[in-house]
Amino acid sequence: MAATNIEVWQDATVVRTVVVAKDIVRIELEPELPARAEPGSHIDLLVTMAGQQAKRSYSVVESSQDGSRLVISVLRAPLSRGGSIFMHGLEAGRRLRITQPLQNFPLRVGAGKYILLAGGVGITAILNMAAVLKRLKADYVVVYAGRSRSAMAYLELLQREHGQRLEVHVDDEGTSLKVPELLARADEHTELYMCGPIRLMDAVRREWIERELEFSSLRYETFGNSGWYDPEEFIVRVPKLDLEVTVPPGRSMLEALEDAGAEMMFDCRKGECGLCEVRITELSGRIDHRDVFYSERQKRQSTKMNCCVSRAVTSPTGARADARAGAGPAVVVIEPN
Amino acid sequence: MTTTASSSTTTAKILGHPLNAWYVAAWDHEVTRTPMSRRIANRPVALYRTEEGKAVALADSCWHRLAPLSLGKTVGKDGIQCPYHGIVYNSAGRCVSMPAQETINPSATVPSFPVIERYRFIWIWMGDPTQADPALVPDMGQMDSDEWAGDGQTIHAECNYQLILDNLMDLTHEEFVHSSSIGQEELSESEFITTREGNRVTVTRWMLDIDAPPFWRKNMRDKFPGFEGKVDRWQIIHFEAPSTIRIDVGVAKAGTGAPEGDRSQGVNGYVMNTITPETDRSSHYFWAFMRNYRLESQLITTQLRDGVHGVFGEDERMLKAQQEAIDANPDYEFYNLNIDSGGMWVRRILESMLEAEDRLHTSA
Ligand code: FES
Ligand code: FES
Ligand SMILES: [Fe+2]
Repeated sequence: MAATNIEVWQDATVVRTVVVAKDIVRIELEPELPARAEPGSHIDLLVTMAGQQAKRSYSVVESSQDGSRLVISVLRAPLSRGGSIFMHGLEAGRRLRITQPLQNFPLRVGAGKYILLAGGVGITAILNMAAVLKRLKADYVVVYAGRSRSAMAYLELLQREHGQRLEVHVDDEGTSLKVPELLARADEHTELYMCGPIRLMDAVRREWIERELEFSSLRYETFGNSGWYDPEEFIVRVPKLDLEVTVPPGRSMLEALEDAGAEMMFDCRKGECGLCEVRITELSGRIDHRDVFYSERQKRQSTKMNCCVSRAVTSPTGARADARAGAGPAVVVIEPN
Repeated sequence: MTTTASSSTTTAKILGHPLNAWYVAAWDHEVTRTPMSRRIANRPVALYRTEEGKAVALADSCWHRLAPLSLGKTVGKDGIQCPYHGIVYNSAGRCVSMPAQETINPSATVPSFPVIERYRFIWIWMGDPTQADPALVPDMGQMDSDEWAGDGQTIHAECNYQLILDNLMDLTHEEFVHSSSIGQEELSESEFITTREGNRVTVTRWMLDIDAPPFWRKNMRDKFPGFEGKVDRWQIIHFEAPSTIRIDVGVAKAGTGAPEGDRSQGVNGYVMNTITPETDRSSHYFWAFMRNYRLESQLITTQLRDGVHGVFGEDERMLKAQQEAIDANPDYEFYNLNIDSGGMWVRRILESMLEAEDRLHTSA
């Protein structure tokens, strides 16, 4: 099926909003130019934060056959980039600018076996796929991991729809997901589709490579909004442009540089393409690489970073507690491309 | 969604094609380890075989800068490499290697289309892959049956695919278009019966106690050397959606019971036709002529193939001229004759398929 990445912008009306789990709201939209949403598709939409507009991506959780109704779900994540607060404030009747469904995460029909893996709100990218695989009578499991049941949206629906094929792992019930155990069940005919926090996805990616499974059978979608560490305020210096910019927790380094007037190169703005890469010449602190463009080796080297998603954090280990008392914000000195 | 009265059949001059259906992409022998390109249902498709011989169909346009993959080469077990900057895709259309970087952008894919190899053809499904049910491949069983022998070719027809279906659903044109080979007056004089069942339409015509036209006299003499005399002739047209038409044709010595089911005193062929829309105004028309007598004779296979090739050349010229006239006269409509009943059922079925895809009014 065609992977459409052509953005067709349109108005949409919020039809209703419902809280479906702790901090997760389900938003039903009525687009002006309906188009069918394939499993794995998402929409981009414009959020307004502090008077500024920014683009955010959300998976299409469900849609009517003709696309005249689209449902997305949004996690309120005060520490992430801030658009989620705007989304949680939406009420029925509100108009938004959204794209027609875009597709970066297509489901391939015909694999011998499927593992659909969701961590937390990542379930939104997986729900539609699970429904299609059920209809096709495919061999699939839905593996859903979260911190606590109250924070896991759509649990009941999944249980009802997928019964035995659903596996739930809940940290605070002591049933956390063990990635090696999960991947021990994958073979050469298995395709794994996942969406979740970067820690989970990195762990799966590493294990997948270790087991020498076909890399192209590991499919994932990242919206570039989760990292290894909580976002902190940090400072970027660009000697070439004579700039010093403070990046607040709710804004990306790319956005902060743009706000300060730097003309930056970028494309995907979610850590996939590598076009926003900048060279690091000096660093006090550590880089929280949140992209999927660099290999593990390149991330360890940390001579470059993709500034659309990656951040600097204070301490050498990344955990706040390890930072020297009084250590200031991390400082990264860069040369832009 | 619009709900139009399902009972009306339009006579749109350029008919859109359903996407949720199997079409022939190529003959089995055309698809090899060297990639080829073919436009199908308005989309360029790259076709090749994996090392294991499985046919693969990918959108013929690289994710990166849209260079045609068909100009590239097959690599590894099932991959194809873009000829421009070297991205390699596997048979599922997923990037497995990217130039000058250590990882792979997970978004880098090209659409891959479901394919099935059956009846000496590679069939492709251009629509929603979750609906690509192998059981929906139209029946062309005579193509690879032990009881039939024959061969065929491909015509690149410069017309909308529906004009070809029209042509094949009504054979009264033989009298005028094919007067030197298979045409005869009795064709337009004899009665015919049209029946429709689900996605199939059948038109049956018998002509009893007539002279065999030159093509059929030759075939009779291949089986019954020196044959002279009158024949009973039949044409039974079997349409199966979206665009496959098999025509059960033949003649038998007059009065020997062919209409009642005993064809032993005759010769029987199946004209196999399946049409794949290329664009709204051009089509890939795959055909073959299969026979169930003298199976051992390659000479007859070649003669029949070349003979039918000549006959179909006459259709090809007519269809091209018809399409040109249609385009040159945008203000004029089609009108229907009683002989169009088979073709009109075909339209009705195609339109209901388009309606189900919500494309009846948007396509073509
Ligand atoms: S813009 Fe694509 S990785 Fe940053
Ligand atoms: S166009 Fe195919 S790799 Fe660049
Ligand atoms: Fe003809």
